[in-house]
Order: sequence, then structure tokens, then C-alpha cells
Amino acid sequence: MSDFDLSQASLRELNQALHKLTAESNDLMWRVLNPQGRHAIAAGVDAPVSIEIEGNVGYYCAGMNQQATIVVNGNAGVGVAENMMSGLVHVKGDASQSAGATAHGGLLRIDGNASARCGISMKGVDIVVGGSVGHMSAFMAQAGNLVVLGDAGEALGDSLYEARLFVRGTVKSLGADCTEKPMRDEHKSQLADLLARAGLDGEVDPGEFRRYGSARTLYHFHVDNLDAY
Amino acid sequence: MCGIVGLFLKNDALQANLGRLIVPMLATMSDRGPDSAGIAVYAPPKPGSLRLTLHGQADPLDAVALREAMARALGASVAVEARSTHAVVTLPEGSLEAARAWLARERPDLALVGYGRRMMLFKEVGLPQQVADRFGLAGMSGTHAIGHTRMATESAVTTDGAHPFSTGADQCLVHNGSLSNHNALRRELRRQGLQFHTENDTEVAAGYLTWRMSQGLNLGQALRAALSDLDGFYTFVVGTETGFGVLRDPIACKPAVMAETDDYVAFGSEYRVLVSLPGIEKARVWEPEPATVYFWEREGDRVQERAA
Repeated sequence: MSDFDLSQASLRELNQALHKLTAESNDLMWRVLNPQGRHAIAAGVDAPVSIEIEGNVGYYCAGMNQQATIVVNGNAGVGVAENMMSGLVHVKGDASQSAGATAHGGLLRIDGNASARCGISMKGVDIVVGGSVGHMSAFMAQAGNLVVLGDAGEALGDSLYEARLFVRGTVKSLGADCTEKPMRDEHKSQLADLLARAGLDGEVDPGEFRRYGSARTLYHFHVDNLDAY
Repeated sequence: MCGIVGLFLKNDALQANLGRLIVPMLATMSDRGPDSAGIAVYAPPKPGSLRLTLHGQADPLDAVALREAMARALGASVAVEARSTHAVVTLPEGSLEAARAWLARERPDLALVGYGRRMMLFKEVGLPQQVADRFGLAGMSGTHAIGHTRMATESAVTTDGAHPFSTGADQCLVHNGSLSNHNALRRELRRQGLQFHTENDTEVAAGYLTWRMSQGLNLGQALRAALSDLDGFYTFVVGTETGFGVLRDPIACKPAVMAETDDYVAFGSEYRVLVSLPGIEKARVWEPEPATVYFWEREGDRVQERAA
């Protein structure tokens, strides 16, 4: 276990040390102390390393993550795990806007609430939010799953492509071309798998969720729109 | 991009440290606004007196000459404290209009940037830490303070364009964002008798709240009304003699983080701003919701969160 104290050494030194890690490195357990809301903590890591951050982080924490397991024992600022490719990012507190933006893979778990634009343009990541998400969440979401145990704000899934959205609470409003879809057994079992991967096995009943997805009227060519071209 | 900081004290024991607490917050926001900075500080009132903050070109302003000339003209006792390019003039409450008329006639080189029973307002071009140093902000005490660091987008980098803007007694407003209907609203407010000194969008927002409060609304109600009348991007932090309010537009692109303990309510554009505050590790930290009015009021020696 390596402790790295950001009140003693610079953020650049931390990120450079993390970028040098490979699967063969000796020390694959890291703890980051005194993050104090700094931006881009543990961004760009590409190794099967475990990183615990003890406190609140600023923007783009764990951005572009590959392989690493990154736990934030606090709140996260804008764009946590943005463009993540693989691995696990777990925020124990709340996340600000654009959590998991454009992320291609891996799992982002947020225990608290995520604010606006959670999962905006997500491209394959799985996002599990214990609380609620703000407005415009899953805007233009292309692939992956967004699971919300609480409520969703206005315009959920606006201009949605093929991402799947599961919400347990209320949805303030659906965005353009987002529609509720039947929750069949196959979806319940997919959701149960997701919850299990997020460590929430048995804590909530997949049957309590409703499923939302694209009505597929916006992104397919429609002959009535010919005049627009 | 701009940075906002705010601190509203609940624990009177911290009042002597207000300046020392808020200056590091302001300096941290240099990254979001390096071209000018400003701060409104609310100090306990002096009974029967008003404070006028004046801004001039000389550094420091000639406090002795100003005090003697104003005292003679107003026939009242006047105190003047020069802080770099600004001066805080303390005079009897009844002398406000006479003082304004005298300033307009005799000292057009001095701009009245704010006045009130408690509020003093300092703003200048330069890096936030340098601005704080030249005004000696760290040594100031008071009940609440609101500061701003500016990265200009809509108008020139001048002292007049720096925030906070004050358009009424003890009222100030800082803004991160840009308004899209400020020209129409400025015309409307001018028809209602308000005066504007710049073409700045933020001054219109401040004037709008002043106008609403002059109609009898409290700060929270005025902010609620702003949601329907102001169009654009904004995170506002607003101070009144005894109040502290926060409002974000419904889209909420402009960042905001708040913290509350038994000792204070604090605002920062980013969490980094708040890390130097005492007890922040145990504070309730949250992101204010879009289109939601947050509003605290000091009543006697108690501070209460109020519903708008």
C-alpha cells in the first residue's frame, strides 16, 4: 500500500507515478490523501491498480480510466470518470454534472446523487446511481446502461440512441424521442446482473424499476424529413 | 468563466476572522478569473451612520482632504478611511442625498460604488490576491462577504466592469454567466426610475433585484421572480444587509458548491474554494439545485435558512 499525500507532493507527481504503473508493478494498492478538490486526480490511469481517494475531488477525477479501480471517499466534481474505457469508479458521496460523460466501458457507481447530464453521450459504460440524477441525464446516450435507484430530472434520455435506462423512482419528464418500454424478464435479469456488479445484489428488487429507451424516430432517416436535406 | 466566493457567518466569534477566511477563497479562484476581482464586506453597523464606498484614480485617495471638504460641505462629522484606490466614508444617515449631490458636483472623479449601513465594496483590475492585498481585505471583520474573480467575456476589463455590482443600499450581486435579455430589461427598469452606470448585463440583474425588493419583496421572493424575468446563464450570489442568497438558472451550466456548518454558510464556484474553511471536513457539502432559491437571513444574532 502506497500513501500519496497531495498536501506534500504535487498532483502532477501523483498522476505521473500512476501513469507509470503496469500489471507487473510491485505496488498496486494506492491511497491518495488530502485531495482538497483538485482537478484531474488519477486521470489517465491504465493499469489494474486500486486507488482510494480520501476526500472530495474536483473536475474529471478518474477521467479516461482503463483497468483501475478508483474509489472516492467523498464527493466528485464535474465529469467524474469521463471517457472511462474500463475498470470501476466508485464515488461514495455525490457527483456533480456530466458524470461518466462519453464513457465507453467499465462501471461507474455513485452512492449519492448525480446532478445534471449524468451519462451524457455515454458510449457503453454502465452507470449505477444510488440516489437521483439531474436534468438532461443520458442526453444523446449511445450505448451502455444507466441505472437510477432514485428519481430522474427533466428531459431524461433526450435524443437517445441505444443506451438502456432503468429508473426506480419518478421521472420528471422524458426528453425528445425517449419513451418508456416494457420491463420483460430478460431486462429484469440484465438489471439484476448490473446491480450485482455494482455490489447491490439483493438490496433492491429489479421489478421496482421502469425501463426507458429510444423511440428510434430521430436518428433514423424518415422520408417526411427529405425537405430538410 | 468567472469565480464566485461567499461566506455568511452564523457564529459571531468568527466575525473578526472574516477577511482572513475569505481572502484565500478569492485567491484560489484566480484560475477562473485572473483579470479583476472584487468583494463586498458587511461589517457591523455604526448606529445612525452610513458607509459610502468611493472609487477614484489616486492610490491612495487623499483621505484627509476628502474628509475636511465633505465635513465642511455637509456640516456634519465625517470619517474617511482610504484603502488604495477606494475610500470608505462614514457619515450621518440623513446626509446621504447631500453627500451624493456634493460628490457629483465637486468630485466627479470619484465613483460611488456602493453604500449602506453595513456594506463596503472594493474592486479593481488585477490578480485576485493582488487586489486583496492592496485593499487589506485579510484584516477586515464582519458578518458576511461576497467576492468575485472575473474573466471578462461581454465587456471591457475595467474597474467598472468588475463585480460585485451594487444598485441599492447594502445590496450586492455577483454573477457567473451571461444574460441574453439585459438590454430590454435595462430599458424597462430605466422606465421604472432605476439608473444604470454601465452596459454590463450583471448590473441589470442587480438592478432588477433592487427594483423587486423596493416593491416589498424579500430577497428570496425577488430571486424567485428573477427566474421568470431573467433569461440567460447565471449563478448569482446576492448579499443584503442581513441576507445571503444563491440562485442558478434552470440549465445550471455555471458551477456552484455550497457548504454549511453550525458556524457558517459558504459558497464557491468549485469545492477547492472551500477547503481552507474551519471544519470543512465535517460540513454538509452540496451542489445547489437548478432554478432553486437558497436564502439565509440573520435575525438579531441568529441565522436561519428561509423559504422563498
